[in-house]
Amino acid sequence: MKTFLIALCLLVSFTSLANETYQFDSPEQERLYREIANELRCPKCQNQSIADSDAPLSEDLRYLVYQKLKAGENKQQILQYMQERYGDFVLYDPPISPKNYVLWFMPLLVFIIIIIALIARVGRRELQPEDEAEE
Amino acid sequence: MKAKKIIIAVTPLLIFLVLVLVFKSSLSNDPRKLETKLVGQKVPSFKLGSVTNPEQVITNADLPKEIYLLNVWGTWCVSCYAEHPYLIEFSKTYPIKWVGMNYKDKPKDAIDYLQKYGDPFIYSIADISGQLGIDLGVYGAPETFIVDAQGYIRDRHVGVIDNRVWNKVIIPKLEAIGWENKR
Repeated sequence: MKTFLIALCLLVSFTSLANETYQFDSPEQERLYREIANELRCPKCQNQSIADSDAPLSEDLRYLVYQKLKAGENKQQILQYMQERYGDFVLYDPPISPKNYVLWFMPLLVFIIIIIALIARVGRRELQPEDEAEE
Repeated sequence: MKAKKIIIAVTPLLIFLVLVLVFKSSLSNDPRKLETKLVGQKVPSFKLGSVTNPEQVITNADLPKEIYLLNVWGTWCVSCYAEHPYLIEFSKTYPIKWVGMNYKDKPKDAIDYLQKYGDPFIYSIADISGQLGIDLGVYGAPETFIVDAQGYIRDRHVGVIDNRVWNKVIIPKLEAIGWENKR
């Protein structure tokens, strides 16, 4: 039973990264490969990482990541290589830029507005308690 | 107090209107169309064979020294079959060169395709491994790159170019970079 469970776990863990079996120089390199493949978004099938996707393009990109790791490139270099070709879109963790300022700073802005509104309201209530009755 | 009540009454309406505008603009925004990072850059360097002439080696030096269109196609690409008759027509009726980029194809399939449906290209670069495609950021054939006389990529269109796209999108973009529609 224990063996069966271990086998099952192994099976599940292997299916998480599609198809190919590559030979890595070290477990560290393999870990990095998985990490990068999960952080790159498939340009063709937009809601999957290249690790999840079966698209031929993802297969090519995975192979490219593998080759580049083998050649000694680091994660930063590989992500930059992809970004130069496919744009920020390909990164699941895109950098902050004017294009996504709204996304980053809108919640903060809304939060600040609410705080100011609350302070103003509470402050006024303390000054003019008769307002309550009217509402 | 009246002013305050008006503000309270109008705020949800305003939020609603803003949302309508946001959603309206998203309707015409196709998320499958990605920007290209290559605008303003030279065509990536390559050295590949020609589809129709296996002896011939094509490099960047062989690319046209005038404004031209680089079309990425493949026989595995279903939309390319729909686009092909338009390319044949445009290549005959407009004074612009089309360079083919046969992406991840079998050479024999590509030759058969061009013989069967006609060849609108001055030549087709055979990118069998797909490396040039990756360097160009190709993610969905057909894709068409507008390249200027100095070899810089000026724009990219992803998807089929039919009459409407040709007249509404491609020609204006070509004219904007100095292309003239006369022989």
